[in-house]
Amino acid sequence: MTTLRTAVDSRSPEYAANREALLARLTELDAEQAKALAGGGPKYTERHHKRGKLLARERIELLVDPDSPFLELSPLAAWGTDYPVGASVVTGIGVVEGVECVIVANDPTVRGGASNPWTLRKTFRANDIALQNRLPLIGLVESGGADLPSQSEIFIPGGRAFRDLTRLSAAGIPTISTVFGNATAGGAYVPGMSDYVVMIKERSKVFLGGPPLVKMATGEESDDESLGGARMHGTTSGLADFVAEDEVDAIRLTRRVVARLNWRKLGPAPKAVEPPLHDEENLLGLVPTDLRVPFDPREVIARIVDGSRFDEFKPDYGTSLVTGWADLHGYPVGVLANARGVLFSEEAQKATQFIQLANSSDTPLLFLQNTTGYMVGAQYEQGGIIKHGAMMINAVSNSRVPHLTVVMGASYGAGNYGMCGRAYDPRFLFTWPNAKSAVMGPKQLAGVLSIVARQAAAAKGQDYNEEHDAAMREMVEGQIEQQSLAAFLSGRLYDDGVIDPRDTRTVLGLCLSAIHSGPIKGAEGYGVFRM
Amino acid sequence: MIRKLLIANRGEIARRVIRTCREVGVSPVAVFSDPDAGSPHVREADAAVRLPGATPGETYLRGDALVAAALAAGADAVHPGYGFLSENAAFARAVRAAGLTWVGPDPDVIDAMGSKVAAKKRMAAAGVPVLPELDPESADEFPLLVKASAGGGGRGMRVVRSAAELAGQVAAARREAESAFGDGTVFCEPLLEHARHVEVQVLADAHGTVWALGERECSIQRRHQKIIEETPSPAVTPRARERLFEAATKAAEAIGYVGAGTVEFLFTDDGSFHFLEVNTRLQVEHPVTEEVFGVDLVAWQLAIAEGARLPAEPPTPDGHAVEARLYAEDPAHDWRPASGTLHRFAVPAGVRVDSGVEDGSEVGVHYDPMLAKVIAWAPTRHAAIRKLAAALERAELHGLVTNRDLLVRTLRHPEFGAGHTHTGFLDQHGLTTPEPVDVRPAALAAALALAERRRTGLPLGWRNLASQPQRAVFEHGDDTVEVDYRHTRAGVETSLDLTVVAATPDAVTFERNGVRTTHPVAVYGDRVEVGAVSLKLRPRFPEPGVTVAEGATVAPMPGTVVRVAVEAGQRVEAGAELLVLEAMKMEHRVLATTGGAVAEVLVRAGQQVDAGDVLAVVEAS
Repeated sequence: MTTLRTAVDSRSPEYAANREALLARLTELDAEQAKALAGGGPKYTERHHKRGKLLARERIELLVDPDSPFLELSPLAAWGTDYPVGASVVTGIGVVEGVECVIVANDPTVRGGASNPWTLRKTFRANDIALQNRLPLIGLVESGGADLPSQSEIFIPGGRAFRDLTRLSAAGIPTISTVFGNATAGGAYVPGMSDYVVMIKERSKVFLGGPPLVKMATGEESDDESLGGARMHGTTSGLADFVAEDEVDAIRLTRRVVARLNWRKLGPAPKAVEPPLHDEENLLGLVPTDLRVPFDPREVIARIVDGSRFDEFKPDYGTSLVTGWADLHGYPVGVLANARGVLFSEEAQKATQFIQLANSSDTPLLFLQNTTGYMVGAQYEQGGIIKHGAMMINAVSNSRVPHLTVVMGASYGAGNYGMCGRAYDPRFLFTWPNAKSAVMGPKQLAGVLSIVARQAAAAKGQDYNEEHDAAMREMVEGQIEQQSLAAFLSGRLYDDGVIDPRDTRTVLGLCLSAIHSGPIKGAEGYGVFRM
Repeated sequence: MIRKLLIANRGEIARRVIRTCREVGVSPVAVFSDPDAGSPHVREADAAVRLPGATPGETYLRGDALVAAALAAGADAVHPGYGFLSENAAFARAVRAAGLTWVGPDPDVIDAMGSKVAAKKRMAAAGVPVLPELDPESADEFPLLVKASAGGGGRGMRVVRSAAELAGQVAAARREAESAFGDGTVFCEPLLEHARHVEVQVLADAHGTVWALGERECSIQRRHQKIIEETPSPAVTPRARERLFEAATKAAEAIGYVGAGTVEFLFTDDGSFHFLEVNTRLQVEHPVTEEVFGVDLVAWQLAIAEGARLPAEPPTPDGHAVEARLYAEDPAHDWRPASGTLHRFAVPAGVRVDSGVEDGSEVGVHYDPMLAKVIAWAPTRHAAIRKLAAALERAELHGLVTNRDLLVRTLRHPEFGAGHTHTGFLDQHGLTTPEPVDVRPAALAAALALAERRRTGLPLGWRNLASQPQRAVFEHGDDTVEVDYRHTRAGVETSLDLTVVAATPDAVTFERNGVRTTHPVAVYGDRVEVGAVSLKLRPRFPEPGVTVAEGATVAPMPGTVVRVAVEAGQRVEAGAELLVLEAMKMEHRVLATTGGAVAEVLVRAGQQVDAGDVLAVVEAS
């Protein structure tokens, strides 16, 4: 048993500079998240309140247990697109009657809660989280349906919304829809596909076709209430299992539904929780502002794991990657953390063995990314870096224990893959606000382009225009820098959220607890390991 | 020699007598009604006899059952305590007829003093000053006081300020007297508005020695019910004291009094006084006398009953003692008696506590809602008052609303400190109207302690995107108190102008202007007690369908319907009497909250109702 010590000097000028830089990033992050929190803005918020309705987050706050934590997911979805930040839906993991659930709440103040392509992606991500982690799914539904101008991007993939609900149900994961307003046309299948449906008197409106459409289709005269009112669904069609008096009552009934699920988590229970010995506040000061400057990930581990205790595996072999065992909020984890950016053959082989060990002991894995990729160069190519990198990627890909990934700094090249980037389906992936992900660093990428262009010019016997080259490099660098940023990637759902580094332990604790709703079981086979 | 003593009483006084029994080696026998089966006095006695039933009429007022209990338990004496049958001559005779010793004066003396009308005549003849008597039917001197001839403890007593009220109040007093004492006779006296209630404790043996054991001032009264008593009285000069003692001794001698008794006077600040009545029993407020004179009055009662002689001279008094009576009653609702579970009862050390309750006691609707008497002794009046106020303020009284604040405010009132007391003191200084207090800090403390009780390993109320604070809603009396708070990395954010220094499940510490205060928090179901502030946590989600129809009148407390004053179809004004409920031996008028037509009367006279039961529905016109 090793208790990690710290070498962080919180009085050094570097520490102060690092901290200041990261705090500035957090301020920017707050400003972006505030856009999501503002929903449709003051005008629509007021109008919504005037109708006696609660906002999406107000509904969630009332739904979850008092003083319980709530982890909002993908808050920056649609950042940097033509659609509002947050994508007109709020998703997250909350505790309802002691049961961790995935909650998906339409934000009706944003264009009537209409779904745009990013709404779909964010909702699908929440559905995936519910399915992978065996979490009951609660939908707080109030949506005007599809954002028609973007129907071409919505209609075909949008069918997944209904497929997901019934697959969850088939997997034994309860789905609950509480309908606060409109759920019409395709939206009607959301309650239609759910295990439990709560509707609200004189509020819920659930039908395939409204009065004008019915009139056009069959000539029949009808009204909203007879076509899809809560009372009708509660007494006549049977689509509503519970009819509530008002929004608050609907939330009360939803909580009662969850209370009666008799839910039991299938993962092993956590051990006693111990806080780390070292202050998480220091996480702001130990990450260098320049991503090229490496930092010791043990300083991070010492601030996120129970009792700062870490049993390091192969400490003196492949030292550019730190591997070892710890507990986090009482849950055992295996940690893989980049120490000096580059992954060599030794690191790749060490990681491969470590991942196999975690699978054989059913231990979840935590990847702490700060990598510039696998080593290049003749010596390393000849040493088989491709084979070794492939072994590591094979192990990560076929590992069956839950993975958690935190991008602490750089995430470049195939290092992103080997360290369980988004494409490798970690159960959750969070990013620190200073982190960057791209195929390579902006300078390197611009440099590569420059060299290739210069060679092409030389091959054609042309003069190379240095002025153009400098301008091209600047433009490319700027563009790549922009597209490597946390907010940009988060906007594209390439992570589950950008987090304050000081919240890392809490966020991982919440995720591990949610993950343990389902069973934890390692892989029994892998692909062929090239030797 | 008394060996085994049946205590024909309950609660505080039964425990008080048991304590002396232990001191002198007498074996105490308790009696208990069904609701009292688990009471401390039953457990503390050597033996206990059940009196089947709940109402006093079925139990503690049943002389035959009490005598039978004494015989069954093998007791050789009966101590009546105060109240119930303590001044009932027939009971005293029945005790003696059964061959048992009666711890109290001769039944004939009780009879003579039991009728206040006759007692006044006898005292006047003996040269004791008395007030003139007015005719209940035709009195024309106001204000006057209607009193039950057989009464005591303020029951059946009513103030009448005009001829118009006279008949109604006399009738009400008669009903109450009939119900409480089994005798509806009432009489009237002029009301001396600013007089003091001063009484003299006498102790007389069967051999002609009579002690006047100091006076007690009991002027602080709410609706004629004493709540603070002290000895000596700040108003009584040595000269006046001499005359008071002389009058009291004369009164005792005139009727051949034997045992512990009290001669009550109305005392005016010019030093004059008028005889009120003789209480032929131990008084509720007897402990102040015991503290100052260093005597055990119950022990003397037993000794005198055994024929012992008093020394020629009484002991000399030392210092000052003040008693406060803690009642379970609700200041916000016209001081109506409160019933329910007293989850915690703890008074800080350093004062004497005579109580009938303990942690977890059920306070029911059938008997007097007095929880305890708290008595402080100190060398000076000022010191005793300060000590008593502090002890009351710091007492843990969880689960029931009490008159504690009234007691503390009175004790700390400068006019009380100056000794300027009289029987109208509380009304004069507006003390019976509860003081508005800012309970938001207490509500915040309650919310934070409740949150701590929900703490897991994860930060409380953690949010990665904070949209709104946590909210807790409490009821404080009829008021709703809402508090918002948010647990953040930097501590708890609140809308109140204070800093949260620490929070645990049992205590929360705030800082304001550099001063830290800690609020202890105790939780009993949805009830949260924060220091002296009692809050009820409102459920986040009201159950639909439990709201009361508009115009419906609900029972304010559990009790029995005495009279229904209206019938369906009748038109009533807002404030009109709909019916009369009796609870805790007091009549409570239930009034129409709106004017209109009576749609429905759901109860009839004699019916038992629970708090919250709908009694009648008035449709607003």
